Amino acid sequence: MTLTTEADRAKHALTTMWTIRRFEEAVDDMFARGLMHGTMHLSIGQEAVPTGACMALSEGDYITSTHRGHGHCIAKGAKLDAMMAELLAKETGYCRGRGGSMHIADVATGNLGANGIVAGGVPIAAGAGLAVRMRGGSEVVVSFFGDGAVNEGAWHEGVNLAAIWDLPVVFVCENNRYGMSMSVDRAFNVDTLAERARGYGIPGVTVDGNDPQTVYDAVADAVRRARSGGGPSFVEALTYRWKGHSKSDKNLYRTREEIESWRERDPIAAFEAAVTGGGATAPALSESDVEECRALARDRVREAIRTANAAPDADAATLTDAVYAPAGEPIAGGTRA
Amino acid sequence: MSLTDAADASHTSAPATTRKLSTSKAMVEAVAAEMDRDQDVFVMGEDVGAYGGIFSSTTGLVDRFGPQRVVDTPISESAFIGAAIGAAVEGMRPIAELMFVDFFGVCMDQIYNHMAKIHYESGGNVRVPMVLTTAVGGGYSDGAQHSQCLWGTFAHLPGMKVVAPSNPADAKGLMTSAIRDDNPVVYMFHKGIMGLPWMAKNPRSVGPVPEEDYEVPIGKAAIARPGTDVTIATLSLSVHHALDVADELAGDDIDCEVVDLRSLVPLDTDTILESVGRTGRLLVVDEDYRSFGVSGEIIARVAERDPGMLAAPPVRVAVPDVPIPYARGLEDAVLPTSERIRNAVFGVMGR
Ligand SMILES: Cc1ncc(C[n+]2csc(CCOP(=O)(O)OP(=O)(O)O)c2C)c(N)n1
Repeated sequence: MTLTTEADRAKHALTTMWTIRRFEEAVDDMFARGLMHGTMHLSIGQEAVPTGACMALSEGDYITSTHRGHGHCIAKGAKLDAMMAELLAKETGYCRGRGGSMHIADVATGNLGANGIVAGGVPIAAGAGLAVRMRGGSEVVVSFFGDGAVNEGAWHEGVNLAAIWDLPVVFVCENNRYGMSMSVDRAFNVDTLAERARGYGIPGVTVDGNDPQTVYDAVADAVRRARSGGGPSFVEALTYRWKGHSKSDKNLYRTREEIESWRERDPIAAFEAAVTGGGATAPALSESDVEECRALARDRVREAIRTANAAPDADAATLTDAVYAPAGEPIAGGTRA
Repeated sequence: MSLTDAADASHTSAPATTRKLSTSKAMVEAVAAEMDRDQDVFVMGEDVGAYGGIFSSTTGLVDRFGPQRVVDTPISESAFIGAAIGAAVEGMRPIAELMFVDFFGVCMDQIYNHMAKIHYESGGNVRVPMVLTTAVGGGYSDGAQHSQCLWGTFAHLPGMKVVAPSNPADAKGLMTSAIRDDNPVVYMFHKGIMGLPWMAKNPRSVGPVPEEDYEVPIGKAAIARPGTDVTIATLSLSVHHALDVADELAGDDIDCEVVDLRSLVPLDTDTILESVGRTGRLLVVDEDYRSFGVSGEIIARVAERDPGMLAAPPVRVAVPDVPIPYARGLEDAVLPTSERIRNAVFGVMGR
C-alpha cells in the first residue's frame, strides 16, 4: 500500500498528522496562557511515526505509549474531546482528570496507556502480546518508546521475553536524538539502535521517521510477521522533537541551527509535497484536498476544545473511587475485544 | 521569630547571615564546596550537566568541574546508582541523583539491597559513603508517577540515613553533612522549595544562607517556631504550611509549636518528646501516604514513651491512601494544605 498515491490513505495520513500537530499546538498555547495546568511533552515534528505505524494496524490491535503520547493516542483513533477533557482535568476526560497527559489510556481503541516511567510500557506490551497468544487471538501489539528507553533495564527484559516467547509485538523506537538533554551519540556505543535487535535474535531496521510511508512499510512488514506467528521485531524511526522536552527545558544541550535544520525537514510539509505531485508518481491529492485535510484537523481540535471546556470539572467528592476495582461490576467499555 | 532565629535557639543550625539564596542554589553551593575540598566527590545522574538538573539541583556544576566530575548518564538508574555504590565502596564520595523519587521503582534493588545493606552485611568492613539526591513532592499537577514523597518507604528500610530539608540554610548544611557522612544518605528535596522560576514559589524558598561551610547535623530536628499549645511535627514543604497556619492562629489564641524534623533517619525522638511533653498535643503533617508511614511512626514513639503526655488524641494530616490525582482540585484535596492543617489544629485543640 502506498500512502502517497491512494487518495483515501493520503487524506487519512495527512489529516492524522495535522490533527496531532494542531492538537499539540493548541495544548501548548493553552498551557502558555495558563488555561491548562500540569506538565506535558509535545511530539511536534514527530507526527509521521505514530501516523505511519498505526496505519499498519487493524481494529483490535493494541499499542502502549509514552510520556510523549498524544500522537500515538490520536493516530490510534482516540476521541479528541475526551483527550482534551483529560488535559483540562474534566470528569469527561479519558481518565476522569485523575491521570492527565502522561496517563491517557483508551481501551476502546486498544491504547493500553501513556506512561510516566521511561520504558514502563515495554514489558506491558510483551504481556499484552502474551495475553493475545494465550487467548488464541491474532492481534498485534505496537510498543512505542523513545531512544532513551532503550537504555533502561525494563526495555531489555521486556524485549527479551517477547523474543524468546515469539510474542506478537512490534517495538517502535521514536529516535528523536535526545532523551531530555542526553544525545544518542553520548548514550549509545552502537551506530544504530536497531543493532540492539540482533542481541535478542529479532529483526531490526532503521527507517526515516519523518516519512509516514517508510514508517508504514517497516511496521506493516513487522506486523505481518507478528500476526503470522513470526515473533517480535524492532523498528527504529529517525525523527526529531522540535520543542523542548517539557517546561523545565532551556534547550542548552543543542544548537538553534540543529533545531532549524530539522524544522526544514517538516514531515507534514514533505508529505504534502509528495502527495500533490512532488514525486515521480501522479498526484494523489489536489491543493484543495490538502486544504480540506488541514481544515478538518483544525475544526476537530477546535470542536474538542469547545466540548471539553463545557464539561464538568473532575469531581473531588469521588476522588478515592478508582483506587480499587469494585467487586463484581463489569468494567465500562470492557478491557478486551 | 524567624526560621533562622528559632533554629539558632536549638544550637544545631547555620550561623547567622543576611545573604539570601534559593534552596537550589544553596544545595549547589554545598556540593561545589565539597567538590573543591575533596577530589573524591563527584556528581552523577540524568541531565545533571548542561541541563543543570531538572529542578536546578546541579546548575553550573559542569561549567566549574567539567564532565569528568559532573557526569550525565543514560536513562539507566540501576546502572548509575549501582555504579555510584561501586565507586563509593572503592573510596569515592559520589552524589547520585534520582531525578524523581517516583522512579525508585526501576532501581530499588541497588538502593535497598546493596547501598543500604553492604555495610552491615560486610560486618562493618565495607563503607558506602554516598549521597542519593532525589526530588519529591506534588502540588503542580504532575500526576501519580511524578508527585510522591515516599520518604517513609526509604526510612522504613534500615541502613540508609534519610534527610529532607525545608529551607535554603538547612539544604546547604544537610548537604555538607550528607557528603561527609560515611553512610549512604538519601537527600530528598521538595520541588516546591527549590525556588524555581517555572513553579509556584513558596516565599521561604529563598532565605539567608551563610557563605562559609557548616554542617547541619543529621538526626537533629529544629524548632521552627516555638509554641505552647500544640506540637506540629512535620518536614520539608509542609513546614511552611504549618508555619503559615501557626502565624494565622496566633490571632485565635492558639500558640503552635512547629517542629521541623529535617531528618527521618535517625529521627530526633528526643526533640519531639520534649515538645509534646510541653504542649500535650500532637499533630503530624506529612505529604507522604497516611498508612504505614512517618505519621504513624511519630505517634507510636510518643505512645511508646508515655501516652499520658497527650491531653488529646494525636491527629495526622497526610495524603490519604490514594495515588496523587492530576486534576488540581483533586490534588489539593489530598495534599496537606494549610486549610487541612488549620482544621486539624482546631480539632486537636477541641475547638
Ligand atoms: C525511569 C524513568 N527515568 C527517568 C525519567 C525522566 N524522563 C522522562 S522523559 C525522559 C527522556 C526520555 O527520553 P526518550 O525515551 O528518548 O523519549 P523522548 O522524551 O525523547 O520522547 C526522562 C529522562 C522517567 N520518566 N522515568
